[in-house]
Order: sequence, then structure tokens, then C-alpha cells
Amino acid sequence: MRTKARVFKQTLWAAVIAATLVTYAAFAAPLGLPPLPVPADNPITPEKVKLGDKLFHDKRFSSTGEVSCANCHDKEKGFTDGLQVSEGINKLKGTRNAPTVINAAYLHTQFWDGREPTLEAQSAGPFINPVEMALPNHEPILKIVRTDPEYLDLFKKAFAKTGNGITMKEVEQAIASFERTLVSGNSPFDRYFYGGDKTAMSPAAVRGLDVFINQGRCVSCHVIEQTQALFTDNRFHMIGSGAKQMPKNLDDLAAAVEDVKKRGTDIAVLSNEKTSSLGRYAVTRDLTDIGAFKTPTLRNIALTAPYLHDGSLKTLEEVIQFYNNGGREKETDPVPELLSGGIRPLNLSKEQEADLVEFLKALTSAEFAQK
Amino acid sequence: MKMNRRTFLKTTGAAAMASALPISLVRMAFGEKSPAKDFSFAYISDAHIQQIEGSKFVRNWDMGLTRAIQEANLLTPRPDFFFFGGDLAQLGKREELDHGLEILSKLRGKIYYVMGEHDYYLDLGKYWESNISPLWYSFDHKGVHFVVLTSILTYDTWTHHTKWTTPMDRMLAMARLDNPEGSPFLVGEKQRAWLKRDLEKVDKSTPIVLCSHSPIQKIYKGWNFWTDDAESVQTLLKPFNKVTVIYGHVHQIQYNQVGNISFHAVMATAWPWPYPKSYVQDPSHLPNLTVPMNRADPFFERDATGWQFINLRTGNVDMHYQLPDNGNRSVVFNRKAGRPQDAKYQGVGSRVPPQTHY
Repeated sequence: MRTKARVFKQTLWAAVIAATLVTYAAFAAPLGLPPLPVPADNPITPEKVKLGDKLFHDKRFSSTGEVSCANCHDKEKGFTDGLQVSEGINKLKGTRNAPTVINAAYLHTQFWDGREPTLEAQSAGPFINPVEMALPNHEPILKIVRTDPEYLDLFKKAFAKTGNGITMKEVEQAIASFERTLVSGNSPFDRYFYGGDKTAMSPAAVRGLDVFINQGRCVSCHVIEQTQALFTDNRFHMIGSGAKQMPKNLDDLAAAVEDVKKRGTDIAVLSNEKTSSLGRYAVTRDLTDIGAFKTPTLRNIALTAPYLHDGSLKTLEEVIQFYNNGGREKETDPVPELLSGGIRPLNLSKEQEADLVEFLKALTSAEFAQK
Repeated sequence: MKMNRRTFLKTTGAAAMASALPISLVRMAFGEKSPAKDFSFAYISDAHIQQIEGSKFVRNWDMGLTRAIQEANLLTPRPDFFFFGGDLAQLGKREELDHGLEILSKLRGKIYYVMGEHDYYLDLGKYWESNISPLWYSFDHKGVHFVVLTSILTYDTWTHHTKWTTPMDRMLAMARLDNPEGSPFLVGEKQRAWLKRDLEKVDKSTPIVLCSHSPIQKIYKGWNFWTDDAESVQTLLKPFNKVTVIYGHVHQIQYNQVGNISFHAVMATAWPWPYPKSYVQDPSHLPNLTVPMNRADPFFERDATGWQFINLRTGNVDMHYQLPDNGNRSVVFNRKAGRPQDAKYQGVGSRVPPQTHY
């Protein structure tokens, strides 16, 4: 309990700082979103954001000079890449669908399996993953930012540091600061639900909201609250995705875990489908986490196809059918043995499924809808 | 010893596997006087498999048992054996018992069975006895004497009362909680006499593990968290140095120490019960030692259900509860205090405050 209270205090403190910052930096929390959580040791400044933006788009931080963060997190594609699983250098494929960066600032953990706790920690991983940007280590990045005159100027302004004073810590903090500006609410749903505009959503979407909250059981994990909606519970659930790849016996499981221990979670899970299917278990080694993945936000979901951790479902219609079948693509597929107790057949009608899709489309923020 | 490549691969492989999985046995040197060796076994209980009609069964209960088995099959090193703690069926039907056995057949390892009241009161244990297991028996394993009792019998006057027009009437009456027409559980004279004879052959320093469906202690009569002749059974166990009673039926974490006897409840794979003390207005006899588990979120059907693996360490039980969606718990025997203790929440100050409003 003491730990819980402390975490709560920290969160509260972060929220207070965030609230102050929001006014200071003049980006008011968009309709439907809570105040932005910002770590006390990395307050957002316009200088850091500008630097982070440049780092995020710099292709030199890859072994081929062709891949930046933005390759897989492309603004034009809702900060994803539209691919089933992401491609790094030389079109090498990983095992997981690129999650959007939009509103990632609100998540309690990063990556599909939550293996990193913060945006700062997350940002350093892809540079050195062999199927992503594939640098041997972080040295090539430091070499560039310590010599490139443009970077020297930006780091000086953002952190008052130069030369060898610049480390990966500042690189990570700048990227995270940039990502914290990628928050987006103010969707038709927000205007309908929080803004009091009863015409903001179509009648079909309004019916879809009812399915979302009631018979569809969606809201239990994709949370909507009184004054805000992040559409995630920040927890991990085995929803049936990846069930076919999952290790079938003890030897397979032990081999996958051994792989995680030998090569590290980041590299092991992105290079092997079987290891990837372990989900949260690869991080916690808790039997109840086998095949469990983080609940993603649903904001801007219409822009970020394909879906699920492995990008195995192409459309929102397919996703809803998957859930309607109780975590199975086809009704005739076997029920996954370790399926979360929250997932079960929903008995939705075709009309209810269609309404639900309309509701999900109403979660696209204004600035992305205009495109 | 010279290590060739083959033995090296074998041993490092085993070591890697043991540390790869969350579950590992604590191997402790056991006292020279104790003949018991350390070993582990796993315990699955209260599946309540329920037939809807024909080949349709309640999905939730099927999924609970299936999940426990799937997880237990991933234990390494392998447990020496498994227990099923009773209430395999909901209403004692052959269809339910058969369907339950079919699911249990996926469990890799030997299973010892304990009978629950939901398995018994339709045909008074006939199908169970001829197809599954004797109703009471004992066996020895690595220096520990295991005893299985059917503790859910009751007074003959109730069982054979003329008010039951069908056996199912009797089954349904026993399946209800807070039933004024119900009857308290009983081990009964016949079994107690058998137990007395069985224990006479056992050395007093041999650790005893007694498995029953209902608690061999009195907690709350309205729900039969109760065995009417509990004290008489406890008396038979008193002469032994180390005794552990493991019981199902209550679908919640409970533990207690009465003299030389440690008590541990096991989880259901089907559903959790609330604690009687949060339900009844007057106090129940929930053991003071017990730190209650978190209440379940009903959205997640597996929340507050689970199963357990057990390390038998120098003859005492360390109970490790596997609880999906609820946070695993361990209740281990504290040698200094001489009683079971929650590994995390032992101090009153570090306990989860119980929910006391209703």
C-alpha cells in the first residue's frame, strides 16, 4: 500500500507539473484527454521538442542510412506504417505491428509487451535492434550529434550541453519530449460525449457507442471515463491473437524463454514469431501473462490498420468479428486454452457490428480527419 | 568429474530451464531426524463442470479447468503428482464427471482425487468409486504420509430422508448455500475408525498431509465451511509432529494453525466465493491468520480463481497460488513463528485493508 500511495503521489505531482506546463507551453489538453503526464526530470521545452523532432526524422541513425523513427511512425499514416509488421533496414521484417505514437505519452508502459516503462527508455531500443535500425550500438548516434554543427546548436539550447557532455540520456529525453507533443483528442466522440454536441456523431455511431459500452464489452479494457477517455486500461490481456504461434509444449516454451535471456527481450521478440507470441510473459515470466499484450488506445484507430499486435487483421470489420467469435478469426477455430477470462463470444448482430465500426471511425481526431 | 560436451549441454540445459520458468523448487537440507524429502506437487480443485444439455457445458467452468491444466503442464521441474480437490461436477451427473475427466486427461502426471459434495449427493459416490477413485485412502511419498478423506458426508437421517422424491432433489438441496433444509458435513464414525487404524502404523515424526474437500475446522456453518466432527478428526492428528490439512470447497485463500496442524485452502478454477465475514452481519470464524485476497472483477471470469503448486519443504507446506488477473500469492510455513504466513502481507501494517462495508 505504501508503494501504491507513493506512485499515486508521483502521478499527482507529474499531473500538477503537466498542468502547469500545458499552460506554459500553450498547448491546452485537447477535449477528451487528461492533463499530460511529464516526468519531473524531463520537463517539456520548445527547444527540446524541436531537437526531438529532428532526431525522430534523422535517417543517419541506421546502419544503411535509410531508416528513421518516422519510417514506421509516419505522420501521414497516423504515426504508423500501414504494414502488417514493421520493416527496418533492407526491408527486414519484425514480428509486430507498429503502434501509433499519438497519445503514447499517456501509456504506463511502452511496446506491445510493456518491456520499457517510459518514452525515454523506449526510444533507444529500435536504433540497435537488428531488424529495425540495426546499429551495432549507440556510438554512431553520439558521434553525429557531437560533431554536426546543427545538432551542437540544438543540444546547447535544449540542454546547455556540448561535445562529450551530450549522451544518450539527452537524445532519449529530446525524442520523448517531441513525442509528448503528439497528443490528440477532439474527435467526434469527444465533441459528442464531453463537448455536449449531440450532432457530432452519426446515429449509427451513437448506437455503436451503446454496443461498445454494453453488449460488446469493449469498454472494460478500452476505458472511457467521466471526463476523459484514453481507451486503454494499461493492462495486458491474452485476447486470442498469436494463439497459433504460441509454444505448444514445455520444450518450446523453454526454448523461447532461453532466447529471451540470451539475446534480450527486444531482439528476441522481434526476430521470432514464437517468442513474440509469449507477449507480456517474456517480460514478467508470470504464467498468467502468457500471450498477453497491452491494450492499445483506440483513438485514431481508423487510420492505423492493420490491427492487433501481429497486424493479422486487415480491417475494423475483421477485428469486430474476431471479438464476436470470442478471440477467434473463424467460429470453427479452437478456443485458445489460455484466453483471458474477459474474452467470450458476444452474439452481436450484423447491424451491431456495423454500428460499432461507425463508432470506431468517430474516434479520429480533427487534425487527422481533415487529411 | 570431467565434463564432456554432452553432459555439459544436458546440465546447462536443465539449469537454464529451471531458471527460465517462474516456478522453481526450493531445495533445502532437511533435518536428519525427519525421514521426509523435499518435493513438490500441484493442486487443482472445484471445477464445477456443469451440463446445460446434451454435449453443451458451461463455457466459463470448462475454461477455468482448461487454463489451470495448461498452466500446470508448463511447471518445471515437473511436480511429483497432482491432486484434484473435489467438486469436479456441479450436480453429480455422469455426463459432468465424464466431461471433467476428459478435460483432466490433458494433465501430464498422476492425479489423486478427493470427493466433493457436488460429486456425491446424486448417486452417493457410486460412479466416483467405480470409475475415478476410492472415497478414502492413504499413501506414502518420499517420507510423507498422505491421507484422503471424504469429509462431505452427513447424517444418515438426512441423506436417506423420505422427503427426497428423487436423488436430484437431495443433490440440489446440498448444492445450495444458506439452505435451512441443508445439513452439516461430517467425516463420520466409519472413516474416523479407519483413519485411527491407518495412523497407528505411522511414525509420529512422519509429516502427515490430509486432503479433504471441506475444511476440517469450523468457519461458517451456513455455507458448510464446516465439518461437524472436525475436533474428533483433529484429535487423531494431534500426536504427530507436523500435520497439514489441505481443503477445497471455500474457493478462497484461507490458512490457519491449530496446535500442530497447519490448514490451507485451495482456489476453485470455477468461481470465487466472497469471504463469509464480508457477507454475514455477525462474525464468522474466518481464521485470524488469513489475509483475505482481493475481490474479483466480474468482467474477468478467471479473476480470483486459480490453482496452486505446493513445495513440501522439510515436511511443511508452502502454498503458491496461481491467480490470473489477481496477482499470485504465496503462503509459506514460517519455522520461527510455527505457522503459515503470507510471503508478502505478513505484517498487520503491510496488509491489504479488508473491505468491511456491505
